[in-house]
Amino acid sequence: MNDVLRLENLYVSYKTAAGPVPTVRGVNLALPAGGRLGLAGESGCGKSTLAGAVLRLLPKSADVSGRILLDGEDVQTMTWGRLRAVRWAEASIVFQGAMHSLNPVRRVGDQIAEPILVHDRGVSRTAADRRVATLLDQVGLVAARAAAYPHELSGGQRQRVMIAMALACSPQLIVADEPTTALDVMIQAQILRLIGELVAEHGISLLMISHDLAVLAEHCDRLAVMYAGRIAEEGPAGEVFADARHPYGRALAEAFPRIGDAASRRGPRGLPGDPPDPAHLPEGCAFAPRCTFAAEECRAAEPALAAAGEGRTAACVRVDVVREAG
Amino acid sequence: MIADFRHRRAGLVGLAFLVLTAVAALAAPLFISAEDLSAVFAPGVPRQAPSGHFLLGTDAYGRSMVAVTIWGARISLTVGLLATLLAVGIGALVGVAAGHFGGWVDTVLMRVTDWFLVLPVLVLATALASVLTPGVGTVVIAIGVTAWPTAARVVRAQTLSVESRPYIERAKALGGGHWHVMRRHILPNVMPLMLAQATLTVSAAILTEATLAFLGLSDPTKVSWGTTLQLARAVGAVSAGDWWILLPPGAAIIAVALAFTLVGRALEQVLNPRLQERM
Repeated sequence: MNDVLRLENLYVSYKTAAGPVPTVRGVNLALPAGGRLGLAGESGCGKSTLAGAVLRLLPKSADVSGRILLDGEDVQTMTWGRLRAVRWAEASIVFQGAMHSLNPVRRVGDQIAEPILVHDRGVSRTAADRRVATLLDQVGLVAARAAAYPHELSGGQRQRVMIAMALACSPQLIVADEPTTALDVMIQAQILRLIGELVAEHGISLLMISHDLAVLAEHCDRLAVMYAGRIAEEGPAGEVFADARHPYGRALAEAFPRIGDAASRRGPRGLPGDPPDPAHLPEGCAFAPRCTFAAEECRAAEPALAAAGEGRTAACVRVDVVREAG
Repeated sequence: MIADFRHRRAGLVGLAFLVLTAVAALAAPLFISAEDLSAVFAPGVPRQAPSGHFLLGTDAYGRSMVAVTIWGARISLTVGLLATLLAVGIGALVGVAAGHFGGWVDTVLMRVTDWFLVLPVLVLATALASVLTPGVGTVVIAIGVTAWPTAARVVRAQTLSVESRPYIERAKALGGGHWHVMRRHILPNVMPLMLAQATLTVSAAILTEATLAFLGLSDPTKVSWGTTLQLARAVGAVSAGDWWILLPPGAAIIAVALAFTLVGRALEQVLNPRLQERM
């Protein structure tokens, strides 16, 4: 019960004119209080859909089944009023693309104060402004920046504003959906460090979504790799990054060069092909068509997540073969 | 935005003229007495041609046409602005609601809008003005409820575009309800467009007011440009060739409507970069 976020057998499929498109297919995840979970995968693997489902932000065309428990309470069955109260107060989101997540015609201070004023009707404007000043200070901006408009800030400063906004109602969980896209590498590192420090300081749980396995390995305790709407592999962050059990996890890890590793100096290895179209998934293992380890047995049935070592799981029938290949 | 507007000469000329008219209308009671406008105690001889004493001659009651024309601006501007406020208010409400809620709300609201859009405005306004008790308020309502569909269409289009921006999703994610999203995020973004739409609506409203007054559907005891023209027609000024009774209110109507249109077009160009390129 002390899991801040629990996903139980979560399915999300979008209704389209061409029929349903299953985007998330049977995901089970648990995030304990104060834990940091990384969710990795290519574009289109269902990461952001999963994040949107946590606060029931998906469009009407999305069919969601399974259970999403926020602090033990099912998000799916909440009333509209309860849902509005839970949003931001229990879980907040750091969206990707801070430029577009800020209203261009309103001052950033007003926008940070927005969740405070929405959730606490009794709060006075001056109290909210004081809170905004504190929040800005926490994310390393001077309080005077509250009067700035979004276009007057740099990309990194805007993302700091988004982080301040995420902290505004002292949530138990922050979902960071690719928080550093469109930022340069130096700023990326700063922003990620800032998020790491703040969640540790406030004891907030973190669900961080990224395609960069190295970043997740550094900032999270546990790591889940998603492929075609399913969890391919899950385990302690460092281990999954250094020694993935699923061929897809390995491919993702190898996509980034590693300092001190002679082999990866010859250039990061890519992965041929694209993730499958969720509307037309292949028979058997969804990754088989791109997998160098694929065999006949892979195409027979979709492999279930199974234990693959101490505290680790992987959805691959050839785990042992992959392991031996080193 | 203000700096951009300063470069539009036509808009500036229109604005200057409007300011002048507004000041004259506001200050009118200082130099025009009730007697000057009285039909019984009028200062001059009826239908006198322009002279040194009456620069624009006198009307059918012997009132100075200068005084009558300046006083007429009060009703015309008041009705024009109030009717616009009503029209743009209704239009914004309908447009934002339709664009924000979408689905069947959008369908119903837009069908109603279309229905009002194809109705001949003058016929509807005439019908309304004749059913309700005559007066300035009635004219405002008659114009207001017939002029809103254009504003609703424009506001809905802008709302749809704003609605798809990520900060709207963010506003919903942080627990904001419909009212919050519409008031805090959509309205500030459609406001400039509503302003441009409003200035264009004013000129239409002033023309409609004059038309309704000319047709005798306004309060005949109030001096406005429309009632002045109606009086002129009633006493046969047109066939007698008394041009000085017809020209001042007519020219005033055209000038004010033109000025509002110039300002509106200039505002539209400042706010819509795509129109700027075509200049």
